Amino acid sequence: MEVKLLSARFDVENCNKIEVALKNGAYSVLDKAFSMEPGEVTDEVKNSGLRGRGGAGFPTGLKWTFLPKQTEKPVYLAVNSDESEPGTFKDRYILVRDPHMLIEGIIISCYAIGSHDAYIYIRGEYTTQVKVLQAAIDEAYEAGYLGDKVAGNDYRVDVTVHRGAGAYICGEETALLESIEGKKGQPRSKPPFPAVEGLYGCPTIINNVQSIASVPYIVSNGADAYKAYGTEKSPGTHLFGISGLVEKPGMYELPLGLPILEVIEKVAGGVKGGKKLKGVIPGGSSTPVLLPEELETVTMDYESMAEHKTMFGSGGMVVLDEDVDVVKLVKNLIDFYHHESCGQCTPCREGLGWMLKIVKKIINGDGTLDDVNLLRELCDNIEMKTVCVLSAACTMPVRAFLDKFRHEFEAYVQ
Amino acid sequence: MSDRSQLIETGTPFQFDAERDAEFERLVKRYPTRESMILPALWLTQEQEGWISAEAIGYIADRIGTFASKVFEVATFYTMYNLHPVGEYHICVCRTLSCYLLGKQQIVDYLYQELGIKPGDVSKDGKFSLEEVECLGHCGTAPVVQVNGEFHEDMDVEKMKALLATLK
Ligand SMILES: Cc1cc2nc3c(=O)[nH]c(=O)nc-3n(C[C@H](O)[C@H](O)[C@H](O)COP(=O)(O)O)c2cc1C
Ligand code: SF4
Ligand code: FES
Repeated sequence: MEVKLLSARFDVENCNKIEVALKNGAYSVLDKAFSMEPGEVTDEVKNSGLRGRGGAGFPTGLKWTFLPKQTEKPVYLAVNSDESEPGTFKDRYILVRDPHMLIEGIIISCYAIGSHDAYIYIRGEYTTQVKVLQAAIDEAYEAGYLGDKVAGNDYRVDVTVHRGAGAYICGEETALLESIEGKKGQPRSKPPFPAVEGLYGCPTIINNVQSIASVPYIVSNGADAYKAYGTEKSPGTHLFGISGLVEKPGMYELPLGLPILEVIEKVAGGVKGGKKLKGVIPGGSSTPVLLPEELETVTMDYESMAEHKTMFGSGGMVVLDEDVDVVKLVKNLIDFYHHESCGQCTPCREGLGWMLKIVKKIINGDGTLDDVNLLRELCDNIEMKTVCVLSAACTMPVRAFLDKFRHEFEAYVQ
Repeated sequence: MSDRSQLIETGTPFQFDAERDAEFERLVKRYPTRESMILPALWLTQEQEGWISAEAIGYIADRIGTFASKVFEVATFYTMYNLHPVGEYHICVCRTLSCYLLGKQQIVDYLYQELGIKPGDVSKDGKFSLEEVECLGHCGTAPVVQVNGEFHEDMDVEKMKALLATLK
């Protein structure tokens, strides 16, 4: 089932080193890209149907067209390598196994959007990853792929790595920009959208690492070659992460649109220890859980996930077996989001704190049915009343757990 | 770590060593504003000293040309900046989703039993400190532990025991 478009060089030893990467085709797309008009590059990406791999699935090429047509200001590219949503572990493979693919993607993307300065925002915990990435960037400078004349073309691209320091919220695009500007990672109200007013008040495109790393393949092989994989509305491949209670957890590159149960069975070896499946969190901790009977008809693409009232998210699937205590899992989730709230909106800062208190009370055996109902009510009252969707990233999965496993909560309060 | 509201004074002035000084000067050219250097400068400080003191906050503010309160605000927001000295070996155990499902608690309990420290503590001899952290992006090889930034994957109590033996 696996297809290796993005991960083609992942198994090549030392492919983080430029001499190895070059021998295996790195930077070979630049000539073609620079022979095209920037608008043509954007069109190719648009036609490929590539959807942003950071979680929301917004079409990448379309996002690029939101930049003002005419501007005196510099345009920035921010590459999102915060990768902090529980269950998500894909971008770091790109950073470590094929950083030159990312750098090449950055160069081509910068050219397409008219940017000369890219910032890679990388989570602070990725200590070894940042070293490998920075070394690759240094090599790219030395070899003339970055700097004043990219690969001999009259085009400057500078790439700077900006390290976060342990704040999940900095994965949210405007919090990420604040963090690069040297501030607390507190999301901004939108509009204005970053494409119009982003980093330092200038037009800015923010894309996930995997989105940008997909660009060289698309420009090299054409939109149609990319669209040959996946479904009509979810073209291409994705670096899926499968973790939790499965036999063979790991990162697998798969075309979108495969039946989820088949993937869990054939690719990930089925539920660990032959246990019964209880459910799957399909795309990172913020995506609502799916029950075994629902999973029968789910395919791994944006539209099928939406039909089943959940989300494709980051493609980080977490498998739950029959022994998982859903109430305790919900506590673990709320704890995470409460801890990571940036604190500027009351419903998020205080509301998630209440939710945590209530679920702790339920687990301690002091809860009542009213508490279960209150927890459910809070989900509806917190959502959509805040600056960013971190609060919803907590309430959406909690609501699904409450609705689909209500009996487990009730068992605690009886 | 636990109390992040107070800065600690060392009583001696702080400054970057030559290597960090050069890195600061390289990076400052990459940003259109000097404020953008707050996070990188805090990292350089922590790499040099292991933690960030009151003197260091003042030094960074002067160096960047901003208020110490601004640097302090940023330093408290981002949990990876140590505002207290940590142990010689700083152990971070992922407490979230996949690591939780695969038994991170046994590792935390074992560390308490073995070293007598709970998340947030530094051992009396200053050798170890422990922290529970959020998803470390290695869920496919959960549970995950980081020691001084280095990843240890697929952990269990036996492997933690073996790892500790190499640190003692
Ligand atoms: C709370 C929160 C956390 C996020 N974390 C990440 C992240 O770690 N990595 C990422 O690429 N996008 C993350 N996003 C999505 C970004 O805001 C943004 O949509 C994305 O980086 C855009 O890139 P894409 O269009 O290529 O997907 C997060 C969003 C929210 C609300
Ligand atoms: S919803 Fe939460 S994380 Fe998002 S801006 Fe408001 S307080 Fe911050
Ligand atoms: S949940 Fe522990 S590394 Fe992701």
